Amino acid sequence: MTYEESPVSLAEASTRRLNMIEAINDALDIMMERDPNVVVMGEDVGYFGGVFRATAGLQKKHGKTRVFDTPISECGIIGVAVGMGAYGLRPVPEIQFADYIYPGLDQLVSEAARLRYRSAGEFIAPMTVRSPFGGGIFGGQTHSQSPEALFTHVSGIKTVIPSTPHDAKGLLIAAIEDNDPVIFFEPKRIYNGPFNGYYDKPVEPWAKHADSAVPEGYYSIPLGKARIVRPGNAFTVLAYGTMVHVAAAVCAEKGVDAEIIDLRTLVPLDIETVEKSVEKTGKCLIVHEATRTCGFGAELSALVQERCFYHLEAPIERVTGFDTPYPHSLEWAYFPGPVRIGEAIDRLMKA
Amino acid sequence: MSGGTNGGARGNLPPLALHVPEPKFRPGDEVDYSHLEIPPAGAQARPDEQCAAAETQALCFDLVRVLGEDHRAIGPWDPKLDADTLRRMLRTMALTRAFDDRMYRGQRQGKTSFYMKCTGEEATSVAPAMALASDDMVFPSYRQQGILISRGYPIVEMINQIYSNRADKLKGRQLPIMYSAREASFFTISGNLATQYPQAVGWAMASAIKGDTRIAATWIGEGSTAEGDFHSAMTFATVYNAPVIFNVVNNQWAISSFSGFAGAERTTFAARAIGYGMAGLRVDGNDPLAVYAATKWAADRARSNAGPTLIEHFTYRAEGHSTSDDPGQYRSAHEREEWPLGDPINRLKQHLIVIGEWSEDQHAAMDRELMEQVKAATKEAEKNGILGHGLHHPFHTMFEDVFEELPWHLKEQSEQAIHERRVKWPEWKEA
Repeated sequence: MTYEESPVSLAEASTRRLNMIEAINDALDIMMERDPNVVVMGEDVGYFGGVFRATAGLQKKHGKTRVFDTPISECGIIGVAVGMGAYGLRPVPEIQFADYIYPGLDQLVSEAARLRYRSAGEFIAPMTVRSPFGGGIFGGQTHSQSPEALFTHVSGIKTVIPSTPHDAKGLLIAAIEDNDPVIFFEPKRIYNGPFNGYYDKPVEPWAKHADSAVPEGYYSIPLGKARIVRPGNAFTVLAYGTMVHVAAAVCAEKGVDAEIIDLRTLVPLDIETVEKSVEKTGKCLIVHEATRTCGFGAELSALVQERCFYHLEAPIERVTGFDTPYPHSLEWAYFPGPVRIGEAIDRLMKA
Repeated sequence: MSGGTNGGARGNLPPLALHVPEPKFRPGDEVDYSHLEIPPAGAQARPDEQCAAAETQALCFDLVRVLGEDHRAIGPWDPKLDADTLRRMLRTMALTRAFDDRMYRGQRQGKTSFYMKCTGEEATSVAPAMALASDDMVFPSYRQQGILISRGYPIVEMINQIYSNRADKLKGRQLPIMYSAREASFFTISGNLATQYPQAVGWAMASAIKGDTRIAATWIGEGSTAEGDFHSAMTFATVYNAPVIFNVVNNQWAISSFSGFAGAERTTFAARAIGYGMAGLRVDGNDPLAVYAATKWAADRARSNAGPTLIEHFTYRAEGHSTSDDPGQYRSAHEREEWPLGDPINRLKQHLIVIGEWSEDQHAAMDRELMEQVKAATKEAEKNGILGHGLHHPFHTMFEDVFEELPWHLKEQSEQAIHERRVKWPEWKEA
């Protein structure tokens, strides 16, 4: 099977309003229909349809040998996905929470990531590991982490994080079609609505957001391409996942003309879009929910400094979670919310 | 594409078929447990505590039972506990259930974010806690609140933890029910699965290295025996003959996955011991006397340097996995009613009544008293706040205990957090 079909024109496709879960479910359904080699597995994903319902209905439709529950062993889940890939399948394992991925790390880091390299292309690991990540649901330290930087640091793994239903579907399809192992982190806080960081105000459902209009049928969004959420001139915002919505809300509240970039793929990074924007605005704000030290923001900051130094008019601002485990009761004090982001914006605007 | 030839049978060979386990009953199904082999109480042999591990092999496929259909204790495993001890056991299990019911309601009322009940499984934590020495170290999973209650840990402290309030000894950091109670020899609960298993072995090895007399015990659900940690623990325990007791609480369900997804279609969980050369016992987990006797046997064995034991507690998770779960989506509601091993509290109650040491009236009075006790503790804890109502630990505590000493970057971040609070609530003062 090849995936070099002509791109589908989305302008003509009819759309449906979907939340993030429904969009992911739709992508899995479509790929299972298109490609008999796609299999979906993970803890509780079969009959139950996943603890977040992302795989609801798939087992009934595609059968038990293509959508099935697994033993509680992340090491086993990733390990068998490597073996299935070696046979020629295209496994889409789910790790129930990103916080639970660590027992599978050896199979990901030492095996899946290097299979192509060490066998000189004889074997590949075309798997997409889906996993809900991030906080904001009072999940405490074992249901809230954002470990994306652990994976961006490993050569041979692609890391993708969608921020809207529209992107989640197109990016997941592209990830499944990709012949390299992809970590697909789903920001669980925005599964049901585009949370904007103002936790004390009501959350709007996806239905009221433009990007919940999801085209019917097959389409893919290429990995490695960022999306300009809002063009602007005052400064560049680099964000992904939940923080795209939080940063956008704070910029709107402050009435600043920011250019907001949703990176969508961290590796490979769309460096061209980043460079072009920072060269235009001369200022850069990086936002992520993960801990600060050696977070992906550090990489972004280094790249912007190396490549855009002579265009910079202010120090790069980096807004992140704190370097502590994710606390339970002080969740909103931990979360990089409007106050933390707002102050960084003020510093950039004054510079 | 790399890999082998993709699909298609070759020659006259039959096509291979993947087996995916399927539970017997789904929502709406009538439930019939006649396929389960339930041996009569008292029929299981009781080998010497210091026997060779291989002598327990038959017990890995049997079911140690003490309380018979007539509610009398029978057979070599009868621990012959006096009536006061039996009443204490009953009371502790009933308190655990009353506590669970109240905390579950509290979560539904928005007083906290999350709760997990152990309904139907009370015997698997209360009876072992009573059979162990109070300073034997336990490494629990997340459904062993009965151990803390059994060891007399104040339930007010448990509620403070569940509410993540300003009196929570864990400073509001952990998800509700992820207790830590060093003074009760109760290890901090992780939230990640099976990690406690090798840790219990390490504690037991340390106790042996130091020539101590204390042993370790650990708990896991049958579903989590699939994790590598379980198997690492088993290997280390037998290599070093560590003084440790492994409890596998087989409550049939791991969220929506039945025990078949952990291997139960092929063998028992107690039988996992055989391959490692470890003693194993399979116990009626709803029979508190059998659970007590098995734990006592394993504890005596460990304490006499005769080695570790794996105990499978065959029981049933009567409620959902947690407050985030809806078991009506994936299993038949009749399973709980039809469960052939009954309810542990009711069985012990009937036993005490049959031997003339208890009555329905006394039981009803006890239930009322326990309900009042939990209610009073709840009121007491609520003075210290409930989740999300402002009475939490001061912001700077979020940065403490990451390291022993606060490094510069956490000091800066701590100041930032407090600063942000002042921006959001200018009238606020740090307590």
